[in-house]
Amino acid sequence: MKPFDYIRATDPAAVQQAGGRIIAGGTNLLDLMKHQIETPATLVDVTRLEMTEIEQSENSLRIGSLVTNSELAAHETVRRDYSVLSRALLAGATGQLRNKATTGGNLLQRTRCPYFYDTTQPCNKRAPGSGCQAMEGANRILAILGASDKCIATHPSDMAVAMRALDARIEVESATKGTELLTMDEFYVLPGDNPEVETVLQQGDLITAVHLPAAPAGRQSYRKVRDRSSYAFALVSVAAIVNTEGGKITDAALAFGGLAPRPWRDSGVEEVLIGEAPSEALFDKAADVLVADAKGHGDNDFKIPLARRTMKAVLSELTGVS
Amino acid sequence: MTEHLKMDKVQPRMLDETGQGAIHKPMTRPEGPLKVSGTATYAAEWSLPNMAEGVMVRAAITKGTCEIDESSVKDMPGFVGIYTDRMVRNSAQGTMGTNPVQPEGEVHYLGQPIAVAVAETLEQARDIAQSLAVKYTPADGAKTVMDDSTEFEDDDDPVDMGDLDKAMSEAAFSIDSLYTTKPHNSSAMEPHAAVADWEGDRVILRGSLQMLGFNKNELADSLGIDVSNVRILSPYIGGGFGSKLGISPECVAAAVASKKLGRPVRVVLHRNNVFEMITLRTETRQRMRLACDADGKLTAIGHENWQTNLPGESMAEPVDVATHFLYGGENRRYGQHIARLNRSASGAVRAPGEAVGQLGLENAMDELAEAAGIDPIEFRVRNIPEKSPESGLPYSSNALAQCLQEGAEMFGWSGRKGPKERLEGEWYLGMGVASAARSNILMESRANVTLNPDGTALVQTDMTDIGTGTYSILGQIAAEMLGIDPSKVTVELGDTDLPEASGSGGSWGAASAGSSVFLGAKGIRTKLAERLGCSPEELRLQDGVATGANNRRPLAELMDGPITEEGHIEPGSTSNDFEQAGFGAHFAEVAVNKVTGEVRVRRMLAAMAAGRILNAQTARSQVWGGQIWGIGTALTEEIQHDRRTGHIVNNDLAEYHIPVNLDVPDLDVHFVDERDDQSNPMQIKGIGELGLSGAGAAITNAIYNACGVRVYDYPATPDKIFPHLD
Repeated sequence: MKPFDYIRATDPAAVQQAGGRIIAGGTNLLDLMKHQIETPATLVDVTRLEMTEIEQSENSLRIGSLVTNSELAAHETVRRDYSVLSRALLAGATGQLRNKATTGGNLLQRTRCPYFYDTTQPCNKRAPGSGCQAMEGANRILAILGASDKCIATHPSDMAVAMRALDARIEVESATKGTELLTMDEFYVLPGDNPEVETVLQQGDLITAVHLPAAPAGRQSYRKVRDRSSYAFALVSVAAIVNTEGGKITDAALAFGGLAPRPWRDSGVEEVLIGEAPSEALFDKAADVLVADAKGHGDNDFKIPLARRTMKAVLSELTGVS
Repeated sequence: MTEHLKMDKVQPRMLDETGQGAIHKPMTRPEGPLKVSGTATYAAEWSLPNMAEGVMVRAAITKGTCEIDESSVKDMPGFVGIYTDRMVRNSAQGTMGTNPVQPEGEVHYLGQPIAVAVAETLEQARDIAQSLAVKYTPADGAKTVMDDSTEFEDDDDPVDMGDLDKAMSEAAFSIDSLYTTKPHNSSAMEPHAAVADWEGDRVILRGSLQMLGFNKNELADSLGIDVSNVRILSPYIGGGFGSKLGISPECVAAAVASKKLGRPVRVVLHRNNVFEMITLRTETRQRMRLACDADGKLTAIGHENWQTNLPGESMAEPVDVATHFLYGGENRRYGQHIARLNRSASGAVRAPGEAVGQLGLENAMDELAEAAGIDPIEFRVRNIPEKSPESGLPYSSNALAQCLQEGAEMFGWSGRKGPKERLEGEWYLGMGVASAARSNILMESRANVTLNPDGTALVQTDMTDIGTGTYSILGQIAAEMLGIDPSKVTVELGDTDLPEASGSGGSWGAASAGSSVFLGAKGIRTKLAERLGCSPEELRLQDGVATGANNRRPLAELMDGPITEEGHIEPGSTSNDFEQAGFGAHFAEVAVNKVTGEVRVRRMLAAMAAGRILNAQTARSQVWGGQIWGIGTALTEEIQHDRRTGHIVNNDLAEYHIPVNLDVPDLDVHFVDERDDQSNPMQIKGIGELGLSGAGAAITNAIYNACGVRVYDYPATPDKIFPHLD
């Protein structure tokens, strides 16, 4: 580990002034620092800031970015009105990690790609331009959607997948632009030619909260397929909110984990479903859209049929199609 | 004095006569409170005055040479030194007793230790290790994959009895299947660690090692010093599972650096280093050929295997070890083929041989039972031979049929149905069975036993407790033989200055070290009998009182001071004249998700026959460990190598999936009451590895019974299952 300065921030302005790497729960950053994948000269501890509340208003829920994963999963409103989020949180990591990990930090988890973690090996995300060993290497856990020829890393979060389905917006206190509310597709950047860039955050920007819109109508589910029952990243996960009225699907929101460099949502999938009567044939059609551009890299080819199967099973569960 | 026994003939069942009640029943670990309160000091927890910290440097290429540029780091904060001499490229193989160092600058696999970076603090040492400039010159010809194009070293003298091909072609039923298993890591909770310090020419090494008698010789060999100048302390070990059988790189590196610096040096392997620098279990391919007649009697068994190791490593996974004696059949063929690859070395991991060999054999037995239309339990029972089918030796004891039948009754086997006949929501349910077998071994072992007039006792040996319960059972054996409560016995282990024991490995620890304690205590009994004026056979010791020849005297009255006797056990002719093995049966009920192919184990039962059970609690814990490892081998555990470089890509516990609590259901253990008179003077057999043998196969057989998908490629991750479901 490289020596670093430690600053405890007392207000958001101090964060911007300090100009270092922000640390909250540290469940990912400390590992990355020990491996010297990240070597910040300054750590700015934001855990004393007033970002620990979950505030409810008529049309939204504002989740402070320091709310821990455990607190958020256990929150009464979340469990009642946003159960997909509670379930996603509890499907992630372990009890110990969830007690420490924060909402803002979870959004910024970095990939579990094994080549990213070995600093003696090339990796375009860690060392831009050095190459991608994963493309033709061990890529069982890596992306089939949204990747580029430079990087096939996946985003590891469960929480963010549920938030994507819930149309969450991320509140950022920007050094240059004041307070912004970003959709998740605005927040996360696909790898393209610059996989080292993962979000639009700039130096000094601070995630202060996540906003959820009013509780959605319909039924919610989070399903995570993984190699062991707990403490394993998703091979495929599906966060789904589906409403049916009069035998037809009126609303559908589906987001996917384990498939892409960011929580994946494809409006084309939802367009196939909305306005139609749920049926296996309809789900097949939606699944066709989901994987239309999917590309396997050998070890992870199985994710394409697995994503189809899992999505269809979740839709069947939520609409009662057997 | 020494009470010596060479196990050449059956010994009286003394432990059935002694009557103190210290053995058989469950007893908690005497050192347990130390462990759960953090006061049992493990190797890495030693902090000596003026101690420097070392971190291993790993090779970043697969094969070639390297030159280290010390000047690149010597100005870094806390720099103490970089040492490259006497590097060992991987841990010594178990029971080698030698551990030659490799020439400097050669790289044989990616992740190999090439240097140790020493600094004032761990963080500085790690920074230096990661910043060190190394110039590599890659060499051609690195081999990193075992496939059809690989060249193999074949064994010189494969067993080939009768005519397997003919038996296969003439059989009423036969199967010819290829099974593959992936490499495994021992994944002990405690990473490998060493603290080295020198007193003049003598090195004191605090390490985490399983077999100190061998380890002291290995360390002496690596350092080029006399073994009398080595002292190793390893009183607490956070799991070994084979990975700590031999001296490992951190021990030698710490000793070398400490000698040069004249100050203590601590080297703790990072978890990534544990995966790369410590021996792992080879991957295997196993061709199983089985044939039977119309009545389900086996006529042929073929078990051929392919595996990998580094060039020059002597160890080969004895994949077929239990196949030789488990079932009958006249026509038998084996073969072993080793690919020499530039990947981390293969070595012994818990239950070498059976852990993977029984996956092939017991799946194949299930396949053939189905082909023959016979219940898998009945099929196995029909094929238990009268005597060992290849050697012709009698079994010392063999309760396999009883294990299968009692287990089936307890597990509710009669409720088993066919594939896809039990559906619960999205989950298919099924049951599976597999036989367990593990050769029983006795090793030479010594211990000192001291009885004090106040009714306390002391046991001393360089034996280790790797979490198995050695402290418990050695105390219990001494207590039972001396007629005192186990709480009165102090057990000192893990110090090479104490009498040399067998070490922990091969499931022989309890039998070997236990017998030495038994004998030491027996020597004390002889002396007490003399003093009481009775024959040793007449003597009865209970609760600190000696009775015999119409005499009844408290120990204090018989003794004018402590009595110390050494016990010394050696294997004898009973090891050669009998087929000695523990047997058992594993049962599993699983649920298979018909959408995703995820498998969840619902419950397991192990019915085990391992001779006398010394401590029902620690023995059960051993079997639990085996069952859990069975879940891992069947469902989750696999080391993934990069095909191009041999790099172990999942070199941590987040991505190398050992089962977590939620993967482990109700585990039931049933011990079949047994005494093995040929095994040792206590009539016990090894239990640790028996609990793993076949456990994974019971799970994959249950997967087949649930959903009709036969797993040929372990582990059965979801991607191996769901493509075969509707």
